[in-house]
Parts: sequence; structure tokens; C-alpha cells
Amino acid sequence: MGKLFAVILLVITIISAAIFISHTWWLPTDISVLGVGIDHQLGETMLGTGILFIGAQIVLALFVWGSRDTPGRKIRIFPGGPAPMVIGAFVIVGIEIVILSLVGTKVWARIVMAPPDPAAIHIDVQAEQFAFYFRYPGPDGKFGKPHPDLIDDGSGNFFGLDPANDTAARDDIVSGTLEVPVNRPILLTLHAKDVGHSFYVPQLRIQQDFLPGIVIPVQFTATTVAKPEIVCTQLCGLGHFNMRAYLDVLPDSAYDAWLKSQSQ
Amino acid sequence: MTAPKVALAPTAARTGVWVGIAAITMMFAAYTSAMLVRQGDAPDWTSIHLPGILYFNTLVLILSSGAYVAGQRRLLAGWQAGGTVAPEGIRWLHLTLGLGLLFVAGQGVAWTQLAAQGVFLASNPASSFFYVLTGLHALHLLGGVCGMLYVFSRLRKSARGAVAPPAGAVDAMGLYWHFMGVLWIYLLGLMALRL
Amino acid sequence: MQDTPAGAHAHAPPQGFLRTHVFSLDHKVIGKQYLDLALVAVLTGMVLSWLMRLHLGFPATPIPGLGKIAPTGAPAGVITPEYYLSLMTMHGTIMVFFVLTTAPFAGFGNYVLPIQVGAEDMAFPRFNMMSFWVTFVGFVVLICAFFVHDGPPISGWTAYAPLSAVGGDAGPGLALGQTLWAVAIAIFCVGQLLGSLNFIATTLDLRTKGMSLMRMPLSTWAWFITSVIGLIAFSVLLPACILLILDRVAGTSFFIPSGLVVSDRLQPHAGGSPLLWQHLFWFFGHPEVYIAIVPSFGIVSHVLPAFARKPLLGPKVAIACMVAVAALSYMVWGHHMFLSGMNPVSATLFSVPTLIITIPATIVTLLWIGTVYGSKLRFTTAALFCLGFVSVFVSGGISGFFLAQPSLDIYLHGTYFVVGHFHFVMAVAAMFGIFAGVYFWFPKMYGRMMNETIGKVHFFLTFIGVYCIFMPMHYLGFAGNVRRYSAFTDDYMKSSLPLHQFITIAALFTGAVQLLFLWNLFRSRFKGEPASDNPWEATSLEWSTSSPPPFDNFGGRHMVVHNGPNEYGTPGARDYIMQTDPAKA
Repeated sequence: MGKLFAVILLVITIISAAIFISHTWWLPTDISVLGVGIDHQLGETMLGTGILFIGAQIVLALFVWGSRDTPGRKIRIFPGGPAPMVIGAFVIVGIEIVILSLVGTKVWARIVMAPPDPAAIHIDVQAEQFAFYFRYPGPDGKFGKPHPDLIDDGSGNFFGLDPANDTAARDDIVSGTLEVPVNRPILLTLHAKDVGHSFYVPQLRIQQDFLPGIVIPVQFTATTVAKPEIVCTQLCGLGHFNMRAYLDVLPDSAYDAWLKSQSQ
Repeated sequence: MTAPKVALAPTAARTGVWVGIAAITMMFAAYTSAMLVRQGDAPDWTSIHLPGILYFNTLVLILSSGAYVAGQRRLLAGWQAGGTVAPEGIRWLHLTLGLGLLFVAGQGVAWTQLAAQGVFLASNPASSFFYVLTGLHALHLLGGVCGMLYVFSRLRKSARGAVAPPAGAVDAMGLYWHFMGVLWIYLLGLMALRL
Repeated sequence: MQDTPAGAHAHAPPQGFLRTHVFSLDHKVIGKQYLDLALVAVLTGMVLSWLMRLHLGFPATPIPGLGKIAPTGAPAGVITPEYYLSLMTMHGTIMVFFVLTTAPFAGFGNYVLPIQVGAEDMAFPRFNMMSFWVTFVGFVVLICAFFVHDGPPISGWTAYAPLSAVGGDAGPGLALGQTLWAVAIAIFCVGQLLGSLNFIATTLDLRTKGMSLMRMPLSTWAWFITSVIGLIAFSVLLPACILLILDRVAGTSFFIPSGLVVSDRLQPHAGGSPLLWQHLFWFFGHPEVYIAIVPSFGIVSHVLPAFARKPLLGPKVAIACMVAVAALSYMVWGHHMFLSGMNPVSATLFSVPTLIITIPATIVTLLWIGTVYGSKLRFTTAALFCLGFVSVFVSGGISGFFLAQPSLDIYLHGTYFVVGHFHFVMAVAAMFGIFAGVYFWFPKMYGRMMNETIGKVHFFLTFIGVYCIFMPMHYLGFAGNVRRYSAFTDDYMKSSLPLHQFITIAALFTGAVQLLFLWNLFRSRFKGEPASDNPWEATSLEWSTSSPPPFDNFGGRHMVVHNGPNEYGTPGARDYIMQTDPAKA
């Protein structure tokens, strides 16, 4: 019985680890400037935890393999008692924690706490049940002020703009696709119209919740021309699974042409 | 009725009340932090004027605790003297109960006064917290009233000689009742300073 | 309360069906009632998960008969997106609250703890009875949500505001169904607070002569620590639910900010804080994980030595680790909110204790593995579930390293990686602890043995099954597959459909294996081999009384304890010393 348990445990461990190691299912290729930090951190964590996972399961299997209750068998206490366990946990896990938090905090700070880049293209993002809308300031470089009471999806006034009284709002461009130029820093300001949502682009290694009532900045720079999906990862209601948009990373010229076509 | 663990009973009752106090403290700590967070990021916070009767109610609640101490002392003295339940002790406890109910009635007056000014539960965040804090305190106090009725029934049984003197229950009940007073004074201070 | 709180059993047992089986004050009956409630709840939750898995793997295939049961949620047997979310919400809520809290903590704790400390009953039997019946009412209220007009809530077991707070405008199930959810959870909190109060007072005050704290079995320690965690956690969830209910029914604005436009309607609320709900919820929610798992720590630490025939390695260290885990569990709630929009600096602050909490968890795991070293293992089903527990706890704990780091959470938050992680570490590990407890204490509870052959088949198939279900979820997470989606048919996640189908088949198979357990449970209750007083040759007090124990647990005897619970592998004719045996020379 012990041998059966040990063999099954080993087989499970080997298959589980092999699929991780072979990258059969893995992260999509990174297309952002900061994603490399996350990928590196993930690799480090994978290595450290992988060794712990395989090590712990194998040791458990080995100990179980050889410990059947047979007559005359004498029990043996683990050499040194609990002390090696305590020291081992503190040393091995402790080192892992120190390394991961030191490096990880840097990665986190670079992504989330970076001061806004003055050269960044500012795009306002509104999430609602069950769509994303992206707003560009237009030629005047200024966003019109949103008024929740003027929001009217039926007439396409998703942001509640007041072009009649607000000159800045007149040339705002609203799009259902996030069009951005390649290799240029982008600043998004996220706000929600109704309930909580989230902005997730696996290829960009970006995920950030929308929190109703506050505006949250997100910065990224896309390095490759591509058209990945933006999906919502915060449960937002019945159409949650269908809440998505495209991120369209364009060459500079194509982006400028798109802007121009929208400003007509 | 043989009760082999009678010596342990008072301890368990007292421990139970202390644990209950810990839970209630935690609950009101949660409301307090909710209030501070809510106040911290709210542009719509409008203060409310606390009704003056609250201070009178506070006095009533403090007096009720005093009456309890007086009653408990007389009961204990009676038991130590070998007697049964001291009748004047019971009278003091009745006074505690009456003052407790008067406190709840006074809180009711405070609510009606605010309602008469058009300040209701949903009027503004301050009024929401006012009704929630005072309402839940009153609810816990009424729980204490139920405990008090239980203590009276135990005292009656004990007077008939049916059970041993319920010194532990009286002691534990007192702990809870005094805690209700302390909690109220904390809440009043919090509301006076922050609402 | 009884005339003498501790002396509920000092008089004759009550007569009549109602007093002995329904409104009983006997902790053993209440413990069994909790376990029966958990069984009903776990079967409900499992059926819900089957429906979810069927829909995820084979979205267009009608489920036979479902169209009749839920004509609006699954017209012609095909589950609608909103019904999927309802199933998911109810699955999570039922499993977390009414299975993982009631079975290992309230159920076994109620039955075993008073006997293990040598008491005749809990300190406050009436509160104990109220605790169960209040919890039961909570369950009924929650189940009622299935039968209201627009169905059960769809906001998940975390019920994030404002989705959960604004009412029917936000979608189906968010009207009466969501209110019932909030009321049910508030009621549940009251029930568990009464239970925790009892556990603490009983452990502190009703220990029998010689039962010092350090002589208490590890299971009792675990229930005691869990009750302290629960006392604090449910004391915070209760206010949160009350405020949520007020937002929903009384028009207050605790969690709803200004200017929300839901379903084209400007909401009549102002200034509330959705983040406040998340803070209150996770201040409860993370300790809740330990409410589910710490009792299993205790059960494994108690059961494993009995079958290893050697003492647990470092019992004092194990207790210290459980205390450390409990204390740290209140400093880590923010790791659920790294991406919520809270201050990014606080994410770093929450990350550190989250990583540190792995140290005590690692130490106890190593203690169990070290206990297996050089042991004389008796491979009973209970022992196998303890070993399986260690394995799945390692698997689930290790993925926590990823999620504890804000920088990796950016990628993995909201994906199936999280689902795989918490199911392993909290759901499967806790279930294995529960199974170990059932196979171990069943003889004591019913006076009959469970069938070991069926038990072992049950163990091995379940062990393989859970790995087939939950390990692939980690791969899905790496591939960016988002959780809480009712379909993956039309986008980049489509490529993960074969893996979802594999998981679905594994889930149906593993679920079907549980029928073996059910059959074993019911058959053994009536037809099992009669059990002796101490079939496992264990040391603690529950094995010093008859199986099942008499009404007052020890038949009027007052147990005196002379030894610790950990005396296995001792020299002599018998390789163990019971706690009631004369003191070791």
C-alpha cells in the first residue's frame, strides 16, 4: 500500500512538473517594455518553487515507501528532532522570500509606481457593462469633462460629454478599440461607469481593476505591432465573459492616419 | 440536582462573557474603521447634530451599572451570611433593568427627534452611521435585558432552594452590563467627535 | 444556559425524539447535525460544480433534465451565462461557508473537542444548539435564493460592491437573490460566533483533572485556535453584511460611490467606498482560509501519529506554527487586493507577511513528513488521507508563492491559476482532512467500522482525480485563461478548450468516486463491523470511553489525565500509553 502510494505520488509529480517545464501551456509572447521583468520574476519563482515542490513530494514518497508496519520493526525518530525542520524552513524559505521580495518589489515599483511620463499619450478608458470605451483628447489635447447624468449609451454619449457647453469636449474621439502607436509610452486613466471591472491584456503583462468612484492610472509601452484582446477579469455581471475589446498596436504612420480620420 | 462541576461554572460563564465582549468589541471596531474610511474619502459628508437627550441617556446607563453593583453586593453579602437571596439585592437589580429599559426608550426618543428633523437612516453618511451604531448598541443592550431576565429566573429558583446560589451568573451578567455602558460611552465620544 | 452551564449532563438524558435528535443540547448530536448539514451542502455544491464544468467543457451540449429543473436558467438544458454565474456564486458560498467551515470546525470540533478535554459537554449547551440551528436557518435562506423570481445572485462568493450593492439594475439575481445571500451570510456569522464562544470557553474552563494545555491533543489545539480566528473574522463579516444589506434595502451609501450609471439609470447613492467592502470582506476572507485549513492541520497532526506508531515530531513547534499562522492571517488580507486600486505601496506591505506565513506552514509540513520518516505506518484509509493531505497542501501552498508577489499577481490575478491554487490549498486539503477525520472517528461516533477496502479505493481514485482537476488549472492560468467566464468559445482562450474538457471529465469522474464514500458511509452506519472502544490503539480521551460514548461521555467517570497525547512507540507489550494510563515512570 505504501509503495502504491509512493509510485502514484511520484508519477503525479513527474507529469505535473514535466508539463510546466516543457511550456506546453505557457504565457503568450510579451509585447511590452516592462513585461520582461514579470517574466523574469516568474521564471525565478518557478525555479525556486519547482525545486521545493518536487523535493517535498519525492521525500514524502520515499519516507512512505520504506515505512510499512512489519513485526519487529523499530521506529526511528528523525535525526535531530524538529530542529532541522525549523532551521531548514527558515533558511530555505527565508532565502527564497528575501530574494523574491527584493527583486519582485523592484519589478512592481517599476510597473505601478513609476511617475507619469510627460511624453505619454493620454487615453481615457471607461468600463461599463459589458464594454470598454477609449477616449482621445483630440486636436486640442484636452478632455471634455464627463457628466454622469448626461451618459446616454443610446445616442453614443458613453462618457456623458456636454459638447454644447464644453468646448474641450467637442473634439474628443471615442473609440471601441484601443488604438496605440508602437514604442510610445501610453498613459491610461481607468474609470468605471457602473460596477467593478478589470483591464487585462496577457501579452502586455498588464492587469488592473476599475474601481467605481476613483480614477486609476496605468502606463505601458507596446513594442510590437499586434492586435491582442483586452478582457475583463473582474466579475461584472451576466455579460462578463463577453466583455472584451481589441488593443490595436499600430506603426506610427498608421496611428497618425487613424487619428486624422477620426478627427474629421 | 447534583452538579459536579458547579465550581467551574462561574468561570465558564465569565470566560463566555469575556469572549462575547471580545467579539462585540471587534464588531464595533469594524464599524468604527468603516466610518473613518467612509469619512476619509467622502466629499458628501455632512455632520449631524447629536440630540441632547443622548447625554441624559448616558447618565441613566451609568446609574443602572451603579445599581447593579449595589444589588450584586447585597446578594453576595446575603449568601456569605448563609442566607438565601437578599430581597433588597433583587430590588437593586430590578432598578438596573428599569434604567436599562429607560435608556433604550431614551434612544428611541433621540431617533424620533432626528426623524422629526427629516434626518433618516439614508439621509447622509453621518446619519447612517448614527442609526447603525446606536441601533446595534441598543440591540446588544436588549440582549443584556434577556440575560437579566434569565438571572432573575435563576434567582427565583435559588430562593426556592432548587439550585445553588447563581453567584457566577450574577457576576458574569454584571460584566456584560458594565461593558454595555463602556461601549456606549465610547460610541458617544466617537460620534460627538467625528459625526 | 443550563442551570449549571457545565452540568448539562448531570441529570438523566432527555426523552423524546425532538429533545434527543432535533433540539438536542448534546454536543455529540450537534456535531453530527453539523456534519450532516455539511454533507447535504457538499453534495449540493458538488452538483453545482458538475453543471459548471459540463458547461465549460461542452457549452453547447444540453444537460439532460436540467431544462425542466431550471427552465429560465437553462432553457432546453443549455446553461445561460447568468445562470452559470449563479451556479458559481452558490457553489463558492455553499462550499466555503457551509462545508469548509461547518465540517472540520463546527462538526468535528463539536463532537470531539469536549471528549478530548474530558468534559461532559460544551460550556453553554443552549448556545451550542442555537449555533447549529441558526447556521441551518442561514443555509435554508441561502438555498431559497434558487427559488426566487430572478434566481440566485451572480456576484461571486466575494460579493464585490457595487455589483452586489446596487440591486436589480445591475443584472439578474442581484435583486432579492443577492439580499437573501447577504442575510444568509449574516445569519451564518451569528451561528459561528456562538460556536466559537463555546469552543473557547470549553477549552479554557472545562478541561478535566490533569489535562493541562500542553497535554491537549493537537486537534483540540487546532479547534481552539480556529475558534479564536473565527471569533475575530466573523465579528467583522457580520458588520460588513449588515452595511451591505442596508445599502441594498434602506438606501444608504456605505459601499456605493456617486455618479454610477447602471442600466441607464443614475443611481441614487453618493460617496460610498467600494474598496471598503473589499477591505472588510478580505479581513474576514483570508482568515476564513485558515478557519477551513487549521482544523485539518490538527486532524492530521492527531491522526498521523496514531497510524505512524510514533510521536508527532515537535508537537510544541506545531502548536507554535498554528498560532503563528493564525496571528499572521490577520495581516495579509490585502494580497487579495493588489490590483484593486488601493495604494501600490500597501501592496508591498501586504506581500511580506503573506510570504512569511509560508514559513510556519512549511515547518508543520516538514514535521508531518518527518513524522512519517522511520515510522511503522499502518496504511488505513485515514492514514492515506493524511498522507494525501500533506501532498496536496504542498502543491497548493507552493503556488501561493506566485500569488503572494504583487508583480506576478499582475499577470495571474483573475486567472485559473488562482482557482487551482485555492482549490488545492483550501478546498482539497481541507476535504482530505475531513475525510481523514471521518474514517478516523466514524467508529467512535457510530460504534461501527467503515469498510477499509472501499475506503482505499476511494482514496486513491480521489487523490489521482483531484490532481487531474486542479493541476491543469495552473497551466490554464499561465496561458492567461480568465476565471469566472461562462464560455471560452470565441477568443484567444479558445485554444484552452481541450484542457477544460479534460478537467470536466476528471471532475465528473472524481465526483462519481465520492458515491463510493457515500455508500460506505451509509452502509457502515448500519452494517459495519462493530467497533471496539479503541480500534486504532490511539491515546487520547475519546478512545478511553465506549464507542459511541454514553450521553455524558464517560458514564459518570471523572477522567484524570497523566500523560500527553503523543505517547506512541513506547517500549513494552503495548506500543502506546493512553492519556488516562498511570504516569510514565
